[in-house]
Amino acid sequence: MWDIIKLVFPYAIAYTIPLMITSLGGLFSERGGIVNIGLEGLMVSGFFASAVTIISLQAIIPDLSIWIGLLAGMIAGVLFSLLHAFASISLNANQVISGTAINMIAAALTVYLARTLTGSGNITIQSGLPRFDIPLLSKIPVIGPLLFANTYASTWLVLAILFISWVVLYKTSFGLRLRACGEHPYAAASAGINVYKMRYIAVMISGAFSGLGGAVILVTYSGEFNGSVAGLGFLALAALIFGQWKPFGVLGATFFFGTAVTIANISQVIPELGFIPPLVLKIFPYVITLLALIVFSKSSQAPKAEGESFDLGRN
Amino acid sequence: MKKELNSATKSIIATLLGLLAGAILMISIGSNPFEGFSYLFKGGLMNIERIGNSIATATTLILTGLSVAFAFKTGLFNIGVSGQMIIGGLCATIIGLKVDMARPLLLFVMLLVAILGGAIWGIIPGLLKAKFNVHEVVSTIMMNWIALWVTYYTVQTFLKDVQETQSADLQIYAQLKVPWLTELFNGSSINLGIFIALLAVIFVKIILDKTTLGFELKAVGFNKEAARCNGIAVNRNVILSMMIAGALAGLAGLTFYTGFAKNIQIGILPSQGFDGIAVALLGVTSPFGVLIASLFFGVLHTGKGFMSAMTDIPPQIADTIIAIIIYFTATSLLIQRVWTKILRKRDNKKTEEGGKN
Repeated sequence: MWDIIKLVFPYAIAYTIPLMITSLGGLFSERGGIVNIGLEGLMVSGFFASAVTIISLQAIIPDLSIWIGLLAGMIAGVLFSLLHAFASISLNANQVISGTAINMIAAALTVYLARTLTGSGNITIQSGLPRFDIPLLSKIPVIGPLLFANTYASTWLVLAILFISWVVLYKTSFGLRLRACGEHPYAAASAGINVYKMRYIAVMISGAFSGLGGAVILVTYSGEFNGSVAGLGFLALAALIFGQWKPFGVLGATFFFGTAVTIANISQVIPELGFIPPLVLKIFPYVITLLALIVFSKSSQAPKAEGESFDLGRN
Repeated sequence: MKKELNSATKSIIATLLGLLAGAILMISIGSNPFEGFSYLFKGGLMNIERIGNSIATATTLILTGLSVAFAFKTGLFNIGVSGQMIIGGLCATIIGLKVDMARPLLLFVMLLVAILGGAIWGIIPGLLKAKFNVHEVVSTIMMNWIALWVTYYTVQTFLKDVQETQSADLQIYAQLKVPWLTELFNGSSINLGIFIALLAVIFVKIILDKTTLGFELKAVGFNKEAARCNGIAVNRNVILSMMIAGALAGLAGLTFYTGFAKNIQIGILPSQGFDGIAVALLGVTSPFGVLIASLFFGVLHTGKGFMSAMTDIPPQIADTIIAIIIYFTATSLLIQRVWTKILRKRDNKKTEEGGKN
């Protein structure tokens, strides 16, 4: 059993981290009142931008190029998210339609550009982030080898962002204002908050985080841009609901998904799991999500004004 | 001049803007957009065979588009068309491969199970929405992944032939292709599905415009609370709407997997499900609008391969153009604002001129 856990854990964490940061991005957007179904597309844009950046810089500055690539992924995510922000905040467009358009544009446009660059549409980077052991901590029995050995720097970066996000959301006036925009935007506006501006910031944060998520996939377990993040953006959206729109809820939900999907993916090589039909393992995360949605729907903590357009001149 | 642009005009403007964006993208990679577009449309329309293929591609899109449009009328966003479609196709393929029957009866049973499979896959999110208020966008996405894996293992376990990644080919008598239609269009992929799709257009049009059910569905879509106050069973309509949307998507699967293709590729969700969203929005969720938008997208999808063979432009330009059209459809308020501004300028000019006289 211990061997299986030791085998699964690093993969599960590697898979969880991009999911977590993207889900956290969705959290900011939805807390601000804007449903962002375009997380998938924003991830793809970051995935692509980081791949292009890294292959152009890797020959000159091998180590630094990866970090510049992560930054490029974030910037691409922000730029793409502006399309969604403009449509849903400035033009009161249907947020689900606009998000769907973002997904479709990102999927088609990045492969279009990638094929122009490489011919095949795939972009392979020479090397990604190295794994390393954290000194001392990795020597702790049980949790040392699980949490602190063979880790990526990006994992710690994302965890730090998660913690900072919690502080920002709950301990600063900015966070309070942002949440107000998602709950009672008209009340927030009458208290002097610029709802439009706050919502733009919220959507741009979701773009930055999702773009980073896509870039992290590239520099950790993928190593190659292939035009798709395999539905991770949608899973992040489900994790957000599962985690009840709270940062640490998102942490738990994404880790659950990460572990479930990883077990399903590597079940073939683990003889102890051979008795479970592969179909059951594959659909397990999705079925559980549906069940969880049923359970949580009664006590949903969803932002009240989520998905509603805000128009100061309305009344 | 009218103050409000009607929705068809907005769709046409959105399409033109999408094509313009496509032209800019072609220029940005150093290609000639006139050449690109001419090959793109030639590829979809230049001879009778290619026209047949465009119609065959449009066939599936008509049905996925109707599915999205139908649910949309009840205020539901059906992102699960891909899953409903693949399950419908899977059910039909099982019958087509495993059951021995006279051709007309076989095709009829395949049609029924495709409708049934899609309807079941659609009714589940409908029930979750009606009974537990689970948002259909998330539940249909989950249902898509479940459909993908169910199909994957069903094909691998029961329907596999020599190829690992697809089901065995259907015999000719179990396909929707018919010789007279194939010959009429010089061997293209056009099949009986187009008649199913056209019937579905009429069927949806009649349900929505001429029946009490259609009236109730639309009432729920317009204003849930008002509908409830007037004694309309909102939950029942939500479930029915998703069921019918799923059935339409199941039919789309039938036309694609047993008409356009003759086997099921596993491990991928059909992209037609997402294109259905595009078709429905561009067709302003009206059945005839969906028909026209599908034919247009059918031409783009059929022509893109030819274009990319004749030029350096990757075929994904067609998908990019479609996606950008959707974005412009979503932001049609912008188009309206610009229009109003143009009108105001004209009016100002007129009053100025009037003042001079």
